[in-house]
Amino acid sequence: MIGLRVRRPNTPAPVPAGSVAVEVRGLRVERGARTVLDDVGLTVRTGEALALVGPNGAGKSTLLAAIGGDVASTGDITVDGKPLATWSHAELAMRRAILLQRPTVSFPFTVAQVVGMGRAPWAGTPLEEDDEAAVAGAMRQTDVTEFADRPYPQLSGGEQARVALARVLAQRTGTLLLDEPTAALDLHHQEMVFDVVRERAAAGAAAVAVVHDLGLAAAHADRVAVLAGGRLAACGPPGDVLTAELLSGVYRHDIEVVPHPRTGRPLILPRRSGPG
Amino acid sequence: MRRGPVLLVALGGALLVLCVLAAGIGQVNIPPDQVIGSILHRAGLDAGPRPAAAQGDNALWIVRFPRVALAVVTGAALGCSGAVMQGVFGNPLAEPAVIGVSWGAAVGAATVIVFGLTVLGNWTIVAAAFGCGLVTTLLVYAVSRSAGRTEVVTLLLTGIAVNAVASALLGLLMFAAGNDALRAITSWNLGSLAGANWDAVATVAPLAAVGGAVALGCARRLDLLSLGERTARHLGVDVERLRFTAIVLIALLTSSAVAFAGVISFVGLVVPHLVRMVAGPGHRILIPASALGGAVVLVAADMVARTAIAYQELPLGVLTALLGGPFFFWLLRRARHGSGGWA
Repeated sequence: MIGLRVRRPNTPAPVPAGSVAVEVRGLRVERGARTVLDDVGLTVRTGEALALVGPNGAGKSTLLAAIGGDVASTGDITVDGKPLATWSHAELAMRRAILLQRPTVSFPFTVAQVVGMGRAPWAGTPLEEDDEAAVAGAMRQTDVTEFADRPYPQLSGGEQARVALARVLAQRTGTLLLDEPTAALDLHHQEMVFDVVRERAAAGAAAVAVVHDLGLAAAHADRVAVLAGGRLAACGPPGDVLTAELLSGVYRHDIEVVPHPRTGRPLILPRRSGPG
Repeated sequence: MRRGPVLLVALGGALLVLCVLAAGIGQVNIPPDQVIGSILHRAGLDAGPRPAAAQGDNALWIVRFPRVALAVVTGAALGCSGAVMQGVFGNPLAEPAVIGVSWGAAVGAATVIVFGLTVLGNWTIVAAAFGCGLVTTLLVYAVSRSAGRTEVVTLLLTGIAVNAVASALLGLLMFAAGNDALRAITSWNLGSLAGANWDAVATVAPLAAVGGAVALGCARRLDLLSLGERTARHLGVDVERLRFTAIVLIALLTSSAVAFAGVISFVGLVVPHLVRMVAGPGHRILIPASALGGAVVLVAADMVARTAIAYQELPLGVLTALLGGPFFFWLLRRARHGSGGWA
C-alpha cells in the first residue's frame, strides 16, 4: 500500500568517462508571461566540471531547477540517456543530486542525520552497505566532521552550506547539480568545495555548479557556460569563453581579463578607476 | 542515538503501570494485584486474587477498562496525529486543535448527535467526524502554505479563522439541539471520556491502529520532508503522494480521537515536542513515542479528572488545555525568539 513499489527502481550502471550525463535541447521555461529561459541547449558529460555563470536573473537557478524536474518546461531534457519524465523520483535520486540555495531544515536534526538523509535513495539496494563510508567521507571532505552531533539549525550559514553539500556528496550520484555551493563560504572553504567537485569529476562524475565568482569558475571549471537574459551566450573552456568583450557585454560592466602569470588561466577583474 | 529505544521501552512500561493503576482507582478502589488477577481470570488463567469489593469485577469490565482503553486509543491517536501534522507542515506548532482540525471534526460529530443520524450505525459519528476533519485539514493546508512551507503567523491565523467558523457552526447546532443532544454536545465540547464503552473502543481502535501503522511507514519520508519539499523530491520522495497520505492520516487519527472523546487539545502539541527534546526529531522514534506518550498523558489526565474531586468529574479537555495552554505560550515565545521574529 504505502511504501511498496510497483516496480523495482533501476539502479544506475557505471558509465565510461566522456559519455553524456545530462543533455538539454531547445529548453524554454515561462513564468507567467515572462520567458525565463529560451532555446537553451547544453550537454554535460561525465568527467567534467561545468561552471554556470551569468548576471542576476539570467536564469541559472531556473536551468538547474528544470534539469532537476522542479519546473515545467518545453524542449528536451535527458538524464543518463533517457528523457527526464520517464524516470521515477527514486530512479532520478540515484542519478543526480541537487544542492539548492539557502538549504533549511525544519527540525533540529543533527549534522550527521542530515548528511545521512543523502543516503535515502539507496535504502533497500545493495549500495546501502556504503552508507556509513559515504556519510563519513562526505563529512570529512566538507570539513564538518567536528560538529557531526550538533543540531543543524544552530550552525552558522557557512557551516549549514557545507553540511548541505556533504548531504549531496553522500548521495554518491553520477551527476551533481550545485546552485551556488560557495555563496556563504570563506575563501578556504570555497576552494575546498571546488577541489571536491573536481575530484568527483576526475572520478567520473558530471558536475554543474552555479557560481558568481568568475575567478573560481575560470580557475576550476573544465568548461564555462554563460547565461544572459535567459539565453546561452557562450559555452566552452574558460580561456575561450571568459573574454573581456563577452563578459563586459553580458554583465554590462567594463571588465578586464588578464592571464594568470603562472597558470595562464584567465583572471577576471572589473575595471576600476580608484586611486593608484 | 540510543535514547530512542530506551524512551520507547520506558513509555511502554509507564503506560502499562498507569493503566493498571487507573483501572483500580475510583469510587470503588481495587488494588493493582486484584486488577491483574481479574484480567488473568478472564484470560482463563487461575492466578492472582479476584477483586474483593462487591461488584468489583463488573466495575472493572463494564466501566473502568473500556474507559482506560479509550483513553489509550484517544491519547495515542492525538499524539500520533500531532507528530505527523508537524512533520508534514514542517512546523512544530501545528496541532489538530490549535489549527482547527479537531473542531472541524467536532462539527461533523455534533451534526450526527443533533440530528440523530444512524446511517452507518456506530460508525456514523466517526465517518462524519472524518469527513469534516478531512475537509478542514485540506483547507488549512491549502490556505496556510506558500512556496513549500508554512509560516507560523499564517498557520495560527488560519487556525483562528477555522476555529471561528467551526465554533459558530457548533453554536448553531447547539441552538437547534434538544435538551439531551445539548448535554451531549456540551460535555463533549469540553472533552470527556465519561461516555466510554466497549463499542466505542471497538469502533475507533482499529482506525487508530491502522493510522499509526501507516504513519510509521511514512516516517523516513517525513524525515526527508524536513529538508524542504524540493530537496525531499530530489531524494526520491513522491512528495504529492506523501502529502496526500499524511492529510488523510491526520484526519483519520484526529476524527477517531474526537468521535467519542470530544475535543482534547494540546496533547498532540506537547507530547511530540517533549519526545523531540529527549530523543531528537527522527520520525521513526517520534511517531511511536508520541503515540505511547499521548496514551500515557491521557490515561493519567483522565485518572486525575475523575478522582481529583470526589463524586465530580473535571472535563478532560479543560484539564489538558489548562496544562497545555501555558506550554503553547512558551513554545510560541521560543519560536519567535529562534527565528528572530514572526517567521
